[in-house]
Amino acid sequence: MNIPAKFDSMEYGPAPETARPAIDWLDSRGRAFGHFINGEFTGQRAGGGTFACRNPATGDELAVFAQATGAEVDDAVAAARGALLDWQDRGPGFRSRCLYALARSIQKHSRLFAVLESLDNGKPVRESRDIDVPLASRHFLYHAGAAKLAPSELAGRSPVGVCGQIIPWNFPLLMASWKIAPAIAVGNTVVLKPAEYTPLTAMLLAELSVHAGIPPGVINIVNGDGRVGELLTDHEGINKIAFTGSTEVGRLIRRDTAGSGKSLTLELGGKSPFIVFEDADLDSAVEGLVDAIWFNQGEVCCAGSRLLVSEGIAEGLHARIRERMAKLRVGDPLDKCIDIGAIADPVQLARISELVGGCSGDDCQVHTAPVDLPEAGCFYPPTLITGLTTSSRLMQEEIFGPVLVSATFRTPDEAVELANNTRYGLAASVWTENINLALHVAPKLDCGVVWINSTNLFDAAAGFGGRRDSGFGREGGWEGLLEYTKPQAATAEVSPRSAKRRRRSDAGAASPGIDRTPKQFVGGKQARPDSGLSYPVHSPGGKLLGHAPLGNRKDVRNAVEAARAASGWPAMSGHQRAQILYFIAENLDARKGEFADGIMRQTGVSRKDSEREVEASLDRLFTYGAWADKFDGNVHSVPVRGVVLAMREPIGVVGVLCPDDFPLLGTVSLMAPLIAMGNTCVLVPSERCPLSATDLYQVLETSDVPGGVVNIIAGHHRELAMTIAGHDGVDSVWHFGDPELTGPVEHESAGNLKRTWVDTDRGRSWLDPNSGEGQEFLHHATDIKNIWIPYGE
Amino acid sequence: MPELAIVDDSTGPGPEKSGNPGVDLDLEWVRGVQVNRSALERRTLSLPGRRSIKREWQAAWLLKAISLMDLTTLAGDDTEDRVRRLAAKARNPVRRDLLEAIGMPPERVNVAAVCVYHEFVRCCAAALAGSGIKTAAVSTGFPAGQSPYRLRLAEIRESVSAGAEEIDIVISRRHVLSGNWEALHDEVREFREACSGRCMKTILATGELGTLRNVARASLVCMMAGADFVKTSTGKEKVNATLQVSLAMVRAIRDYHARTGHRVGFKPAGGISKSKDALAWLTLMKEELGDEWLLPELFRFGASSLLGDIERQIEHFATGNYSVRRNHPLG
Repeated sequence: MNIPAKFDSMEYGPAPETARPAIDWLDSRGRAFGHFINGEFTGQRAGGGTFACRNPATGDELAVFAQATGAEVDDAVAAARGALLDWQDRGPGFRSRCLYALARSIQKHSRLFAVLESLDNGKPVRESRDIDVPLASRHFLYHAGAAKLAPSELAGRSPVGVCGQIIPWNFPLLMASWKIAPAIAVGNTVVLKPAEYTPLTAMLLAELSVHAGIPPGVINIVNGDGRVGELLTDHEGINKIAFTGSTEVGRLIRRDTAGSGKSLTLELGGKSPFIVFEDADLDSAVEGLVDAIWFNQGEVCCAGSRLLVSEGIAEGLHARIRERMAKLRVGDPLDKCIDIGAIADPVQLARISELVGGCSGDDCQVHTAPVDLPEAGCFYPPTLITGLTTSSRLMQEEIFGPVLVSATFRTPDEAVELANNTRYGLAASVWTENINLALHVAPKLDCGVVWINSTNLFDAAAGFGGRRDSGFGREGGWEGLLEYTKPQAATAEVSPRSAKRRRRSDAGAASPGIDRTPKQFVGGKQARPDSGLSYPVHSPGGKLLGHAPLGNRKDVRNAVEAARAASGWPAMSGHQRAQILYFIAENLDARKGEFADGIMRQTGVSRKDSEREVEASLDRLFTYGAWADKFDGNVHSVPVRGVVLAMREPIGVVGVLCPDDFPLLGTVSLMAPLIAMGNTCVLVPSERCPLSATDLYQVLETSDVPGGVVNIIAGHHRELAMTIAGHDGVDSVWHFGDPELTGPVEHESAGNLKRTWVDTDRGRSWLDPNSGEGQEFLHHATDIKNIWIPYGE
Repeated sequence: MPELAIVDDSTGPGPEKSGNPGVDLDLEWVRGVQVNRSALERRTLSLPGRRSIKREWQAAWLLKAISLMDLTTLAGDDTEDRVRRLAAKARNPVRRDLLEAIGMPPERVNVAAVCVYHEFVRCCAAALAGSGIKTAAVSTGFPAGQSPYRLRLAEIRESVSAGAEEIDIVISRRHVLSGNWEALHDEVREFREACSGRCMKTILATGELGTLRNVARASLVCMMAGADFVKTSTGKEKVNATLQVSLAMVRAIRDYHARTGHRVGFKPAGGISKSKDALAWLTLMKEELGDEWLLPELFRFGASSLLGDIERQIEHFATGNYSVRRNHPLG
């Protein structure tokens, strides 16, 4: 006992959390698990093979899991499909009660969950107890409410169907909850694949879901490694894939699912900046770093792993960090006095060691915290690396371990530039006591989440997700629910303009007048195509109407460059953009007869119909002139004293493949929402009927549209689509053209993981405002950035 | 400067070696101090959960808390017998049999000081004679600090004459609220001189300073003026010692030490009544300042009812049974 010695030393003793409840649970399940399909645990069948699930702190085997076979994945998907209609029919009240019960169930078994999670993953039990488990419960509770409110608040949207969900090993229970709760809340059913390193808590969650009254088939879980994930992503019975994991795998999934019609959200890696200005509360910033990079062993996709510090205070800050690091305690995850537990798997440990070991050649200083590590198990000490330059590998690559890298900046603008100098775009943390500076910097950071004077704050009410190589889509909040719903098919088919309504005549194509030379429109100027070639445009009756420029790769390159250079446009106020949209309408109105003629000639419709199309285009411009200053963001209600601003931001440069029907209205319907929201765009008009679009640039020229905001490149869709989708400077592609290009467009978009919006089923009624305009377009034209601003003085 | 009392340094115990000589007022440093309240709240909210002190470690830590305690009575109805009873408790804060049962030599467990009003200094010092336990006097118009300046200085001197070894002064909150750091520095400097080398604890009355930023800046100015301790509260403000306020002060102490090399002590006071609180504050000191701040020279609890709770915890540890207040002699 020796109290006097402890009185003198004032050391922390061991404070072990007992593993007993988890061990008992494992024993009672025979330490052997199969899958959870249609409400039942399958046990282990022959044929699929098994794998061991280990405690990374000790290497001990915890349980044996079955690797799912193709047949088992089929069963799971069939179960989810089978449960779908019933689950939707039971209604929001029933679903709400089920989610509520599951939320409470997690609370009731919180200790078991926490211990099981720490055994399986190696994270400190303090974190699983205080963060993972309460937040998992919170997700079900929040979405219990969302289930109830969805019919009114998400009116006009319906569930996407069967969702395949693939989650990583860093937050096994939390990620499962984060994925399952929103999906099932709004009437989807799911097949979830936990990471093979950490499959335990998902099985416990499955058990509780039965007790919570969630019907069989609504939640299905299949276990196994990446091969099972691949079975899911390739599965024809799945409508949506939601993936959280590495960028590398995310890119593969993007390619695999290209053209399959599956909707997709990807939450991938990051190298998130942690920016410290000289007027920050430095001690708090240091503590913030503890929460940023020494939380969950640094195995956090949004870890603030890249410290950017104002040059003048860098040395002092580094000294404070080193001092703080010495106080971190690394060891047994089940010890309640431990800050950093075990790395989840020896493979990951080896990767961290390899990455850090490889930086010795640089001019860098590697500081390892002088802390005791357990002799056995997967442990890595907290590490700070200073003296790196932007080109150092460690400044660019995600380490996914307790390793912080640091660099300096001189001015706020340089801080932003360095922060954005990465392929990723997940999160950022900004430390300054100057609210002007904080709110100046936050919108400029190219990422999905910004924490002001804080870090790694999460809540079910606030969207989470990134951009660029960090993926796309949001999870959490209303914005997250959009990803698990789709617009209901419009019921009133006003038209797609069908071939039979198109008169096979050349009416209106009578007077040729002076020969016209349509050009490309790039950077606000008319430009001849790089190819020096044009292609003939014919009326439906076969009469030559003129020649359109034949765009190629270089035209696209120039257009994207011009679009990227038009940086004044997103900075302009909605009020200003609205005026320009109205002005475009004004100038189009002045020439509507001419546009109606053009539509008649190209499509063969009646004068009345072509005039309708022009009128509808004018209306559309007015619609988005209206929206330009009204598509407000949100302030989310999260459980901290502070605000979370869900700011809508333009996506950036958007490439658009316009539909063939409605050569003017189709083009305007896509251009207008994009520019209203502050995007710049590269429009590829209908290949068959490009002349309305090439006429349109004359209207744009007279309407004060700044150069580069709208660029128009006519030509063959196949070639242009590939160039646009493959261009890393394009942030999103809207594909409304040839359905056959859907697969290639989505496939090529994997390069920079750009967002895509594919709508080629030709079912859209452009003349009908219910389907031809509105919030769906605006949603696709914006990204939501959640800015957390805790306050208090 | 008008002086009322004649200080006779020959009476009472000799002056203690002061830990902090102070430095010149550095306004740039003071105004550069930043405190982010939300961040401090997150730190203090998670801190007790990050460090769990159990079993014999907990017993040892709680005994340590006793050794860091300024056992306090500051009531209008204090009498000499009341103070003597408290002094007796200070000598024997925990039942001997309990200490013996857990292997702790009883002579090692004393409180650090007994803190009283000036009128009881003589009586208290006499009652504590030979124990090594200090007599501390609250001073300078405690708790509001609004009595005439010269009287406040005189009060210190009189308490020193009467045998106080530690002086807990209150600052003029108005100097902080109006940002008059020079005036605060001058005031505390003069108080320090009046203390004639006795340990001076500077009560900021943080509950009346408005913001954590003010608390941190005031702490720094008091340290520059030579405070040996910065102390949160008189116990009479609406809000007394909180972990957030303590964190702001403790970080100011760390900053001051890093830049001057002088170690200044910390005394949270008011509202710390549970063993669990004591463990949280000890953890805060250990984590933010280090083990050297876990000694009575640099850390005190200002408390009146904390001891009672610790006694019961110690009995529980010694016997395995939950204890009750009446099992322990009153202080």
